[in-house]
Amino acid sequence: MTYRLSEEQVLLRDTLHALADERIAPRAAEIDRTGEFPEDIRQLLAAQDVLALPFPEAYGGVGADLLTQCLAIEQIARADTTSSLILTVQGLGSLPILLGGSDEQKARLLPDLASGKKLAAFALTEPEAGSDAVNARTRAVRDGDEYVLEGTKRFITNGSVASVISVFAVTSPEGPRHQRLSCFAVDVPTKGFKVARLEHKLGIRGSPTAELEFDGVRVPAANRIGNEGDGWKLAMATFDRSRPAIAAQAVGIAQGALDVAVAYARDRKQFGQRIGDFQMVQAMLADMDARVEAARQLTYKACVEIEAGSPETARWASISKLVAGDAAMAVTTDAVQVLGGYGYTDDFPVERMMRDAKITQLYEGTQQIQRLVIARALLGKG
Amino acid sequence: MALRIVVLTKPVPDPAAAAEKLGSDNRLDRAASPAVINGNDEYTLEAALQIADAQGAEVTLLAMAPPGAVETMRKGLAMGAHRGVLVTDPALAGSDVASTIKVLAAALRQMEFDLVFAGFDTSDGVGGIVGAGLAAALQLPLLSSAARIEPNVEAGMVRVRRISPTGFDVLEARLPAIVVGTQLLGAPRYPSLKGIMGARQKEIVQQSLADIGLSGGEVGGAQARTLVTGRRTPPARSAATIVKGPPDEAARAIVALLVERRLI
Repeated sequence: MTYRLSEEQVLLRDTLHALADERIAPRAAEIDRTGEFPEDIRQLLAAQDVLALPFPEAYGGVGADLLTQCLAIEQIARADTTSSLILTVQGLGSLPILLGGSDEQKARLLPDLASGKKLAAFALTEPEAGSDAVNARTRAVRDGDEYVLEGTKRFITNGSVASVISVFAVTSPEGPRHQRLSCFAVDVPTKGFKVARLEHKLGIRGSPTAELEFDGVRVPAANRIGNEGDGWKLAMATFDRSRPAIAAQAVGIAQGALDVAVAYARDRKQFGQRIGDFQMVQAMLADMDARVEAARQLTYKACVEIEAGSPETARWASISKLVAGDAAMAVTTDAVQVLGGYGYTDDFPVERMMRDAKITQLYEGTQQIQRLVIARALLGKG
Repeated sequence: MALRIVVLTKPVPDPAAAAEKLGSDNRLDRAASPAVINGNDEYTLEAALQIADAQGAEVTLLAMAPPGAVETMRKGLAMGAHRGVLVTDPALAGSDVASTIKVLAAALRQMEFDLVFAGFDTSDGVGGIVGAGLAAALQLPLLSSAARIEPNVEAGMVRVRRISPTGFDVLEARLPAIVVGTQLLGAPRYPSLKGIMGARQKEIVQQSLADIGLSGGEVGGAQARTLVTGRRTPPARSAATIVKGPPDEAARAIVALLVERRLI
């Protein structure tokens, strides 16, 4: 195995780099200001097969491995985090089907997701079950050939624009802790389903974060993913592949901020010279670059290990997200510092990047949860 | 029968990398900069792909370049071209434009084609005469400065809108013919990701000088009729005037500036 990207990966990365610079970056400030879901970017990503990346060729996808998907996410996030979330969540919402779906379910559900005709979402979190997701309360009660879903899901990215939602609900409340949940692919809109509200957020403002109500929603038993009680296992297996995607997003945000800071340090003159000629600024930029590259390489390595079926999959997923999320927060904050007062205004994109970076320390498991996972891998479960 | 279009796609130093430089031998240092398909060639490739989309055509890329050009050519294949032909030979180093024309003409004589598309010029050599040279060498019609290309396979004709100082001329010629394109043909597409993943399966034929019936003595640096005798860095441009403000005001300010300098 070579420790370099393949020719295809380089071409894909460079193509998305250009696409993001030319078509997505010019939209980023407006998406942030209006807080509207960028339907035009969704169409663009679908037309360029970007949304097809996570899906097998048999279902109309590109069949890209995890690293290749992450290269794409990184390049889009460099320009606009909100836009990168369209791809990230298309993968996240589809992963339970990809990992646990039957051939029939895949053939029925995946082609429209691969083409980008439909968007997917992932609904695990609830008002009272965030990091403690295993204590979800949404119920799914079997009724003949159907399940009836009752409950509320919170902080569901793309919940208001998705047509297929992977919903996790309790099927056996008295069962063992990790066998209470089952996963359902719910086609929406449907009777009893409601988008109760959208969050007002610090960052990723064009990405709708929805509270979803399931009030007697009837789901065919044929849409249960895996067996009853497989939900937790499926959610965790999903995170093993989705956390590196968030790490890649974080790397992209950080690189975007570094690029702006470097360009600014080249141009901006104070005391009769470029601010990039001052050693204090140079040191900041050098540290930022080193930090971004370290996070990037760790993320790529995590992708390759996970794809190869490493026995330490959960650890790789968590350390990549932990390191990259913290790098994104630190680097974007430093980028604002390099730009000084201008960095604090929306004349420059770094304040937006700093706000966007924060979410990478929170979602797909907080940084505290990542540390918990890593410590468990080191010490065994306490 | 489907139309056969050959698109000349020269690998050039990536202008975005801004690393283009001459080596100590006054030849372009190709190792100093990543290579990309010449920008103008992407416009003619786009035109060929649009023709292929609309009426079906087999699009072949043709380049004379070092072996590394396979990688550059792959992007053209990812955009949708069907195959590539790369003429590469150590004896070609230092070729001038006359050699380039001789080599490409020899390669084309061995290929079956209805149309050859050339870009307006290349961003490294900036000669802009390869298309015309090929037409002369192959005794084929030349339709230059094309803003639109409309082949008609049944009639065995091609119609081209050629930019003129007053608008455009409409030219027609029998196939096969050489067309030199402009950026008015339309902006090149991004390769789709499926195109990228499928590009490796497409054929790139590598040919040496012997394969196309030439010998090293006929072309290459030793035969070059032009020689770079010296080089200078152009003087730095004086500071630009940047006009800021709402579009209406900015436009008025720009017009005032141009009038002041008697440019309009």
